[in-house]
Formats: sequence, structure tokens, C-alpha cells
Amino acid sequence: MIEALLVMALGAVVLGAALGYAAVRFRVEGDPLVEKIDAILPQTQCGQCGFPGCKPYATAIAKGEAEINQCPPGGEEGIHKLADLLGREFKPLSAEHGVEKPKSVAVIDEQACIGCTLCIQACPVDAIVGAAKQMHTIVASQCTGCELCLPPCPVDCISMEPIGESVETWKWKYPVVKLNPVREETA
Amino acid sequence: MSVLQRLFGFNGGVKPAYHKEASTTAPIAVAPTPTQLVIPLHQSIGGPPRPLVKAGDRVLKGQRIGGADGNASSAVHASTSGTVVAVEMRLMPHTSGLSALCVVIDADGRDEWVARQPFDHRAATPTQTRDYLRDAGIVGLGGAVFPTYLKLKAGKQGKLDILVLNGAECEPFITCDDVLMRERADAILRGAAIMREMLDAGQILVGIEDNKPEAIAAMEASARAANAAAGDSAIKVVAVPTRYPAGGAKQLIRVLTGIEVPHGERSTDYGVQCFNVGTAYAIHEAIELGQPLISRIVTVAGNVGRARNYEVLFGTPMKDLIALCDPLPDSDRVIMGGPMMGFLMPDDAVPVVKATNCVLVGSKKLFPPPPPEMPCIRCGECAKVCPADLQPFEMYWFSRAKIFGKAQEYHLFDCIECGCCAYVCPSRIPLVDYYRFAKSEIWAREVDKEAADVARERYEFRLLREEREKQEKAAKLAAKTAAGREKAAAAVAEAQKPAATPEEDAKKALIAAALERARAQKEQVQPENTVNLTPEQQAEVAAIEARRAEIREMAKPHLRQDD
Repeated sequence: MIEALLVMALGAVVLGAALGYAAVRFRVEGDPLVEKIDAILPQTQCGQCGFPGCKPYATAIAKGEAEINQCPPGGEEGIHKLADLLGREFKPLSAEHGVEKPKSVAVIDEQACIGCTLCIQACPVDAIVGAAKQMHTIVASQCTGCELCLPPCPVDCISMEPIGESVETWKWKYPVVKLNPVREETA
Repeated sequence: MSVLQRLFGFNGGVKPAYHKEASTTAPIAVAPTPTQLVIPLHQSIGGPPRPLVKAGDRVLKGQRIGGADGNASSAVHASTSGTVVAVEMRLMPHTSGLSALCVVIDADGRDEWVARQPFDHRAATPTQTRDYLRDAGIVGLGGAVFPTYLKLKAGKQGKLDILVLNGAECEPFITCDDVLMRERADAILRGAAIMREMLDAGQILVGIEDNKPEAIAAMEASARAANAAAGDSAIKVVAVPTRYPAGGAKQLIRVLTGIEVPHGERSTDYGVQCFNVGTAYAIHEAIELGQPLISRIVTVAGNVGRARNYEVLFGTPMKDLIALCDPLPDSDRVIMGGPMMGFLMPDDAVPVVKATNCVLVGSKKLFPPPPPEMPCIRCGECAKVCPADLQPFEMYWFSRAKIFGKAQEYHLFDCIECGCCAYVCPSRIPLVDYYRFAKSEIWAREVDKEAADVARERYEFRLLREEREKQEKAAKLAAKTAAGREKAAAAVAEAQKPAATPEEDAKKALIAAALERARAQKEQVQPENTVNLTPEQQAEVAAIEARRAEIREMAKPHLRQDD
């Protein structure tokens, strides 16, 4: 009887120690789910979802405080990926958060720029170069197309330009069978 | 060369009709120089070269007009002498029908070369030789246009066992390598010898499909001569069975050496490297003659009266070339490459580039429109013929359903787009179109993901920076208030001090006197612009002062109102 109890107690102590050690040794920093969600989000940092960036939105989704269909730049595909990851139902993009637009970059009309630095302060990825009373310009390769620089500009000199296709970025189209329209008999 | 070479095989493959006879009856002809050449700057894999000329510049034949930019780029040269008319966007020989930056040259007809200097690769370091070949614009002329200098590096072992020269030319209609081997075998082997030295390769195997007996004979004769001259038997010409796609690099390596290069690894690490015979010829021209790559042999075939091979300057419009061959009236399309792997051109005016091994003229009769695509019946024929040992039907389903991750799991990127699967498909599914679609979608996502990672990093850095600035500001403010407090405390302490000693009083009196003196001095000094004035100026000042007073007087009621 005593032996049995001792064996069980010993087992409990050993397993408890092992689990305790594992908890310390293999401790996971941060929430891996947030990281996974954040990896799916397009990182435009545009705030259209109602959160101040992609990471806060990812955190809110992970906590169940936000829907998965609030990210217009991610589009339908992003929602599908989030639905797959989280095991939730797919939902069409929520209209109140915006619509999916073609990818574009912001362009400053350098003739009109007065050098107020307001856009520089608004850019979430520091993609605008310039200084007070100096002309500003946007580093196109780093612009995420978030449009956050548009509202602060006092002279409306920033516009969004869709990124055109080049030979390098051209994509093969989905193969579709061409259907020949049936000729209408006019006789 | 009767030494028997043991041959291996690759799985799958097909045997389409060759259609090669028509273009091999006549020797290589030099295509006339057109009046205007459009030379695209981006003609190879890797970053687009930067333009080195501008409109109005006079260029000589062989002058560099596009400099290699980045670490996988290759230079571009003027194909003839003349004047640069423009550096602008022109229609590219690309299925997309999009434009890219091209150098447009009006030929002056003199065909004047730049100073040509053979390159002594034995005196140069391997890196110097590679840089020279990069600046000579040498790229793989089999069709993939991969910069050759990147391949001229021995792998992990530091040397190669076997250098494979690819003269298989398995694709129907194309005969440019065939005629090149027939007519310029010596030069090809001289180029190959240079590559062998650079790579420290033991043996050169020239793989040629056995449907080209003339090319095999010519190459064997040259190989015998070269071996006799060198006193060894390093060069071996091997006839390989004719089966499409025996000319694929991996397939030819497998047939000749039995080595199967695993997924995602390079053949150099297994002691083998493969080059096209045209590339070897280009290396010979670059190193021994000092001529950069400005022309290539192009087969013009298909729906033409006289199919033939031409030596064509890059930038020559394809339609000029086709016009030399009596195109039949029902021609309706131009394909760059062969019928299996070629690309439909958006227009027949697009220029010949480094990748153009064949200009194939098509018609409805020659290439009838494919019958409607039927559902996949899972017959497995595609898997039987796949030379890359893939499962095309699986890749097709996942590509069609846009489940790209799964398609990649089935090694979509090992697909060489040879078209065997689509060739045998009883349901006539354009399988390769699906793979190309899936590949380009995956690449685009990859690019997007990289951009997103950069954006994330920059955003996080910005947050960090803002936080740091906030803390710095707070620290500054804290320091300021602390300083203020200290001052106040000091003042309080001063006031609470017991009555000053007479000594201190004397000091204080001295300071007070000094301060008084300074104040008096300051008062004496007048603004300089009001001293030493002429009477007229003084009168003017007085008048202005009077006007000011008047205005102040007038403004008073308004000010009061405002209050």
C-alpha cells in the first residue's frame, strides 16, 4: 500500500519536475498565433481595418476581438488564408473598411510640394525623403500604397498611381478556353 | 572515336515529327543588316542592364550600350555601327506584348567595328575572365539566356569531372545548333577548351542526337584533330538517341553521365556542367577574336517556302528575316523557339534577341487550333512521358484550383515546361499553360512577401524610433525641471543664509558697481543708423515718425473696439 503510494508520488514528482523544466526551457516568447496572422497580413500599415497597424490588427484577430474581413489590401485571398489558418468561416470583405484596389504607389507632384513634412510624419514605413522647406519625394520601392500621406498634405500634391505591368512582373494568365460566339442567323 | 560510351536514359519523352530537313539543305547565310535595329537592353536572366548611350550618340559595332547591373546581369552591345536614335520603350519579343527599354540604332551601313582585342584568359585570374565574359554579353544560347559567366565557376569540389556540350537540339524545326556544328566545329571546340581550362574539367562530352549524322561527323573530325593536337582524348562526341527533350540540360547530363541532379541542387556540385554549343562558339569569338555577342544563328522555318539558317544581328526585326524565306500567304503567327516550348510573339516586327534560336512562322494549317479542353480522365499518360519524373496531373489539379502551395509540393519548379505532357494528353489540356500560370503567380507572391517583410521591418523600426524619441524628450524635460528645481533650492538656501560677512558685502558692492557701469554704457550707445545724419535725412526721419504717430492715433479707436 505504502509502496504504491510512494511510487505514484515519486512519479508525480518526477513528471512535475520534467514539465516544470520544459515550461522554462521551451518557453515561447510572444504569441505564435499573432505572428502567423501577421505574416498573412500585407503589411501596408494603412489602418483601414480600424487598428493602428497590421500587428495590432493581428493581435485583435488572435484575441477574437476583430473579424477577419477588415483588410482591404489583403483582399479576398488574404481572408481565405486567415479563414484557413483560424478555422473560421470565409466572409466577404466588409464594405465599411474599404474596397480592394489595384496596387499603387504614392507620387508627389514635386512642383507643388511646399516642404511641410506632414506626409513624412504620416508615412508608416518612412518611405518619404525630405526636410522642412525642402522638396519631398517618395521612395517608390518602399511605398506600401497605404494612402496615409494623402489626407495630411495641405496642397494636395500627392496622388496614387497604380503600378503598371512590366515584362519582368507580367504574369501568365489563367488558361481559359476561348468560346467562339455562335453566329446569329439574320436570314 | 569508336570508344564506346555507355549511355543512360531518362524517363519519358516523346517523339514528335522533326521537320528539320527543310532548313538544313542550305548553309548558314548572313542576314542583311537592317536600316534600323531595336536592341532590347534586357535580353538575359538577371537584372536589366543600365543604358550607356543616349539619343544622338554614334556607336560602333560591338560597342557596349548596356552595362551589366547587379550580380546576375549581362552586358548588351551595338550590333552594327550607326547613330542612336532613341533609348525608349519598344515592343519586346515576349508573349505579354509589353514594352521595355530598347536602344534604337540607325545603321550607317559601314559596319565599323570597335577596336577588337583578344583576351588572354591564361594570364588573367578566373574572376577577370568571368568579368570579361559578362561584359562581352555572353549568355546561354540554348534558349534560357542564363549569363554564362555565372556558370563558369567550379562547384564545391573546385573542379569538374565532365563538361557537357549540348548539341542535342531536340526541338522540332530548330536546326541552328546542327548547322553551327557542321560548319564551325573547330571554333566550337576551341571555345569548349577555354571553358574546360576555366573549370578545370577532366573531359568534354559533346552530346548530339543521332538524327544529325553530318553534325556528328563534323564534330568528330574536329575532336580528333583537337585531341591529336593536345595529345590526349579529352573530347568525346557522343550520339544520343533521338527523343524529345534529350536537349534539356538535366536530361542530357543524365543520358551522358547517369548523374541525376537532385531537386534544388546544382550540377557543378556533382562535377558536371552543361553548355550549349552556340555558347561555346560565342566564348571562342569573345576570347580569341575579341568580339562580344552581337549575333547568333537563327533558324527560320515553319510556314515558309525556303527555310534556312541565318546569322542574324540582334535587333533585326523578325519580319525582315521572314521576308528572306518566302513566307506562305496563309501565315498568321510568329513563334520564337520551337513548337513545343516556343512563345507566341505579339507582332512580327519584334527584334531578334539572344534567346531567339528559331523564328517559327505558323498558320492555321500547320498548327491547327487545339480542340476544346476536356476534363482530366486521370489516365496518367502525362506522368509516363514527363522527363523530369513529376506528376503532371497532380500539378495540373492544384494549379487549376489555385492551390499553389500543394502544386509546389509536387515540385512544380522542377518542371522544365517541355510540353510532353500536353503533347500526349488525350483530353488536350494545355497543361504547360497551367504550370506557367501557377509559376508566375507563385513568383509574384514571393515578391509581395518580400516587400511585406521589408515593410514590416521598416514599420517596426519606425515604432522603435518614435518610442526612443519620446523617451529622449522625456529625459530632456526631466533634466530641465531637475535643473530648475536645483536653482530654486539654491536661491532658498541663499536667502536662508545668515547675515553676510563684511568681506562678502565688499564683493557684492563691487559687483553692483560693475553692473551699474555696464548699464550706463549701454544707455550711452545709440543705434548706429541714427547718428551722423545729414539734415535732410533727419527731416525725413522726423516726417516718418510723425506719420507713424498719426497712424497710431488713427488706429486707436479701432484697437479699443477690438478690445
